[in-house]
Amino acid sequence: MTFGASRTAFVLRRLVGLAVVVVLVSFLVFSLLYVAPGSPEQLLLGNSKTIDPETVRAVREQYHLNGPFLERYLHWAANAAHLDFGKSIRTSEPVAHGIWQRLSLTSQLAGLAFLVTLLLGIPLGVLAAVRRTKLVDRGVVFFSVVGLSAPAFASGVLLLYVFAVRLPWFPAFGQGAGFLDRLKHLVLPAAALALTATGLVVKITRAAFVTELEKDYVTFARARGIPPSRVLFRFVLRNAATPIVTAAGLILAYMLAGSVLVEVTFALPGIGALLVDSVTSQDIPMVQGLAMLIAALVVVANLVVDLVYPLIDPRIVFGKSAR
Amino acid sequence: MTAVAWARVHARDSGLTPLVVASLVIVALAAVAAIFGPWLAPHPAGAQDLLLGVSGPSHDHWLGTDDLGRDVFSRTVVGARTAIVGPLLVALGSMLLGNLLGLIGGYRGGFTDTAVSRYADLVYALPALLVAIVVVGVVGGGYYVAVGLLIVLYSPVDTRIVRSATLVQRAQPYVEAARTGDVPQHRIIFWHIWPNVLPLAVANAFLTFAFSIVSLASLSFLGLGVGPGAADWGRMLSDSRTLLFDNEWTALGPGLALVATAASMNVVGDWLFERLTERGVRR
Repeated sequence: MTFGASRTAFVLRRLVGLAVVVVLVSFLVFSLLYVAPGSPEQLLLGNSKTIDPETVRAVREQYHLNGPFLERYLHWAANAAHLDFGKSIRTSEPVAHGIWQRLSLTSQLAGLAFLVTLLLGIPLGVLAAVRRTKLVDRGVVFFSVVGLSAPAFASGVLLLYVFAVRLPWFPAFGQGAGFLDRLKHLVLPAAALALTATGLVVKITRAAFVTELEKDYVTFARARGIPPSRVLFRFVLRNAATPIVTAAGLILAYMLAGSVLVEVTFALPGIGALLVDSVTSQDIPMVQGLAMLIAALVVVANLVVDLVYPLIDPRIVFGKSAR
Repeated sequence: MTAVAWARVHARDSGLTPLVVASLVIVALAAVAAIFGPWLAPHPAGAQDLLLGVSGPSHDHWLGTDDLGRDVFSRTVVGARTAIVGPLLVALGSMLLGNLLGLIGGYRGGFTDTAVSRYADLVYALPALLVAIVVVGVVGGGYYVAVGLLIVLYSPVDTRIVRSATLVQRAQPYVEAARTGDVPQHRIIFWHIWPNVLPLAVANAFLTFAFSIVSLASLSFLGLGVGPGAADWGRMLSDSRTLLFDNEWTALGPGLALVATAASMNVVGDWLFERLTERGVRR
């Protein structure tokens, strides 16, 4: 068995598995049109009061609602594969276009929050593990539990109150124009979004480092007189990295959900706010497009995490679970 | 394991740090407010005073009033009920569902186990809150549909924990003895093995509880949980955004109650988990 062949086989098997998941999810997403209250024609016409038979026939024709269920699904799926989810009922713009326009704001927000999470969470977790049972550790653990338990909208409103109402340092609402202004508008939302994720990263990093620091190789390395910083960053960090990378996958999923709350709190027109607006106004085509985007992102994040494991820890063989 | 595990909770080295004690007190307070809230609150939660409108803290209204002149302190106390009842149902429901699947998968092995594990993997990968937003938003049904959904979406963690614990138990001599003695399979699973894996599931239920407080409040915040006008922490925070300049307690009251309750549940859950598993790190 060569390493390369097993790697290819593993990647292929994962891809097939993920394709199955995507198809399953797409079927559920397609059914949203039928589980929503009201008939599909009504939903697609935007619940207008007067629906004459002529229009209904046109809509049925346009959306292929006359065939059997499976045929309708295949039609929808074929279009969806070309990123064609139809037109938004609320704004009557093409769904893909509407999402694309709002994607950059959300990815800037999530990217900034992700950066803050890693830059703050990992060092704090390491610090707490090294100073375990000391005051610093207690403080960091307390911060992490509070962060972990504070929903993004609660910390968002709190940040708004402190840094926009009490101290007028940052703007309360809006997205800003230009790079610096945009950054200034995104500081508070990104902080709110990062807080929960940072709590999670601190907790996982601390636990991983505490476990590793008790191992014999650390004692032995210290006994050999290797400087503590070198032990920590050359030996322990690499061994502790696996659970942290797993968490990174979780955090991406969390950022998606959190951005919904943060965008609503700070009135930012990103895809999270779009999802809430579309859901509450029963804009099914837009919801379907967003749901497929979210599913794709989660699937890709899981795949990336799986592929990164063996790069960190060569003892992990592709296709075998970690440890 | 059971006796040993519970004994660790009661042991002198119980790991009862001041943080854990404070958390237990907060959880107890929240439980009292959830049960007796309407009788404890100084004002009725829905009572409006439109002439007063929004006002800051005063002798009569400890945390001031909101835009409809409703007492913020009373609404925060009464709001404990929806904040506690839903998560309690989610924690219990997902614990039972997860235990059932985990026990059967772990004990039966083979195809059943594979099916259970794949199912758990699939559901685990779903972003729970987003699924709840889409389904509750599109299908409707509000709070209790959300509770039902979260039971399903949060159960894979229990399934995994219970399954691997069951695998360990299945290899124990007492299970072999029961099998040799021709004890029916369901009796072995639920009478012999279950009590031995239950402590883990109970500890995890506290963590599920903490997650559900946050998720259900988030749904209410987005207008997808409890009905409009209800005294609910998520709802109140959503309404408070426009009142921040006039009475910040409309946000701080429910916000702090929400964070304190969820954080305390997390601390208690972590503490129990450490006590009930061997991997607990001595502090």
